[in-house]
Amino acid sequence: MTPLLNRLAASLLAALPCLALQAAPASYTPVTDERLRNPEPANWLQYRGNYGGWGYSPLARVDDKNVSKLRLAWAFSTGQTDGHQAPPVVNNGYMYVTTPGSQVIALDAATGQELWRYKKEVPAEMLQLHPTNRGVALYGDKVYVATVDCHLVALDAKTGKVAWIKAVGDWKALQYMTLAPLAAKGKIMVGSSGGETGVRGFVAAFDAQTGAEAWRTYTTAAPGEPGGDTWPGDTHKNGGGSIWITGTYDPEANLSYWGTGNPAPWPTEGRQGDNLYTTSTIALDVDSGAIKGHHQYHPNDAWDWDEVSAPLLIDTDIKGRRVKAAVHAGRNGYLWMLERDGSKINFVDAVPYVHNNVFTAIDPKTGRPSYDVSHKPGLGKAVGFCPSLWGGKDWPPEAWNPKTGLFYIPANNNLCAELPAAEPAKYKKGDLHIGYPIEGVLGSLRYRDGKAPETIGELQAWDLKTGKLAWVQKFPTFMWAPLMTTGGNLVFTGGTNDRMFRAFNASTGQKLWETPTPSGVTGVPSSFEVNGEQYIAVQSGWGVDAQRMQSGIDSLVGKPTMVPQGGTVMVYKLDK
Amino acid sequence: MSSPLPCDCQVRHCHDRQPASVARRKIIQIAAAGLAAPALLAAGLAAAAPMPGDRLVEDDADGPPTALRPADIRPGKPMLAYPLDAGRRAPRDESRLNKLVLVRFAEADLDAETLARSAGGVLAFSAICTHQGCDVKTWLAKEKALVCFCHSSKFLPLSGGQVVSGPAPRALASLPLALDGDQLVIAGPFSAAPGGTT
Repeated sequence: MTPLLNRLAASLLAALPCLALQAAPASYTPVTDERLRNPEPANWLQYRGNYGGWGYSPLARVDDKNVSKLRLAWAFSTGQTDGHQAPPVVNNGYMYVTTPGSQVIALDAATGQELWRYKKEVPAEMLQLHPTNRGVALYGDKVYVATVDCHLVALDAKTGKVAWIKAVGDWKALQYMTLAPLAAKGKIMVGSSGGETGVRGFVAAFDAQTGAEAWRTYTTAAPGEPGGDTWPGDTHKNGGGSIWITGTYDPEANLSYWGTGNPAPWPTEGRQGDNLYTTSTIALDVDSGAIKGHHQYHPNDAWDWDEVSAPLLIDTDIKGRRVKAAVHAGRNGYLWMLERDGSKINFVDAVPYVHNNVFTAIDPKTGRPSYDVSHKPGLGKAVGFCPSLWGGKDWPPEAWNPKTGLFYIPANNNLCAELPAAEPAKYKKGDLHIGYPIEGVLGSLRYRDGKAPETIGELQAWDLKTGKLAWVQKFPTFMWAPLMTTGGNLVFTGGTNDRMFRAFNASTGQKLWETPTPSGVTGVPSSFEVNGEQYIAVQSGWGVDAQRMQSGIDSLVGKPTMVPQGGTVMVYKLDK
Repeated sequence: MSSPLPCDCQVRHCHDRQPASVARRKIIQIAAAGLAAPALLAAGLAAAAPMPGDRLVEDDADGPPTALRPADIRPGKPMLAYPLDAGRRAPRDESRLNKLVLVRFAEADLDAETLARSAGGVLAFSAICTHQGCDVKTWLAKEKALVCFCHSSKFLPLSGGQVVSGPAPRALASLPLALDGDQLVIAGPFSAAPGGTT
């Protein structure tokens, strides 16, 4: 062997232990109920980090003083296009991301080394209206993913081997799943998307070990059930109320809280009534699935204002008294402050956080809004309304920081919509069930004042104690911006079409750091710690409704905006 | 309007009613398609796949299936359709992959290659978007493009169904047509496997 080759061989041998370590993080730590109730700051064990849905990491090594030194630690290409919206979920060095294409990738959280990959084969003839996925649930020694062909899959967390697969719904009826499952008390809970395809929404729970179905609760009430008289005839059967987003969970009360989607079809003429429990939050008993409480944000929805985000569960002062609160920034443009009173959900307060020209009043006792019917679309007339059908905020989650006491909202302001005259809608299995020509829906976006506003996207911080806006950062473009806040007095988010991922001072809103990514960032950020180093993680990967909204804006502007697609897991840490 | 389904009219008999040159071209196409059919069978696609000689019926039409004629497709108004299984007298709609979008143009607007795949100015493509499998059925008159409502991919039927914008990775598969009397019939296999990218 030549001296050069000797040196090369020695270098390779020296590298081997390192490579071996990269390929094998520490042994897997099972995820228990106790850990989910009290997650270690070093880990991000579920969709929003904790059961309350806060989107909060207590980690504070990266803070408002040093965040400018944040640098890329590693990046990983997912091999998929379309909307990458899932948070990197981390358990003691194991990271799990989901992507469009019903894919789960397990990575070494410190290095980005791929450990295993699972990709479910989905039927070739399937229609994917929303090619995305919002993450895994961890429970015991398994990883759970809800797929776009409406299956729930349990995988071995260490190997990726399939433990069981359960059909949750009928993909031929355009039932599909995009949410991260919720794990609690031995059950894995999921729900079906499809408010535009005439599904009857439901939340269903499955045994974490076996996949056996434990219960299924529909979100549209049938005749004879409480709320069944809010639907004429059998309209509840294709009435929507779909479940797009992971529920939050109050372990003390054993209640999970879910946001429900719009009623179907969109025009209201055929479904006079409140249409319970659409556009609501519902409180479900985790043992039985029984609906124990609900609050409907706006009855008889006509605007596609899905209220899909589950409320954040926060114990805080509101209007001078301590409240076990459930707080939700509505797609209808109002910030809703509710109280968890045992199993009941009481109205406390609601304030507009973006322009809404539909609500004329909010009943101070019940929270029920009154409508200006001239802004209620339907048969026989084109009607304009604000906010747009993507709302003041769509599914991208808000965040709550217990240190700042502020509630953060990724809002879009100054946007409205005009829907054309509705067309009679007849349900057909496997087809859209909207009630408006699809061209009219996709071309519905309008500027509030008829001309391009200076700003649309708004990162808002609200003081719940006073019900006042504490600060706002405005952007010239719209935002599709899931939020994370940290113990380091920071708020992280992307969501703009310039591919940026940013950090803001959580107390003041000052922008402290930004970095371009390969695509647009519509992923849910997370944070974790390995070997004493804090990491900030997010997926870059533009698509789905962010791109639909971009196309709407482009139509108004008259020229296309190119946002590249393709998914990458981006992980950052401080420069040493 | 659609004409009633004919009895057991075989394609080879019906060419008598066409100009000789057209009939000859169609016979060649159909013969080629006949050769391709066993390959489709081997691929496990054939049981429900469109077959040469199949007539077409409008998707979701009321009443008994009636074979489409070129005049049933209005220019600027794409129509969703399925192949008709003459044996069962039923649409081959067990699989969405058989769903077609028909668009009609003046024959003078078609180049030679496109004209060869058309019948009575009608072109047939897979209606399944090559991106994520949604129905492609919306017409953009200004751009002469078909657009997918799901994610806005645009396709040019006058250029072989090629993609002009959006996330779709490849052209819509085209399906050659012929005339059997005044009825549209399938003259060959899809130019590529229809379906989305998962």
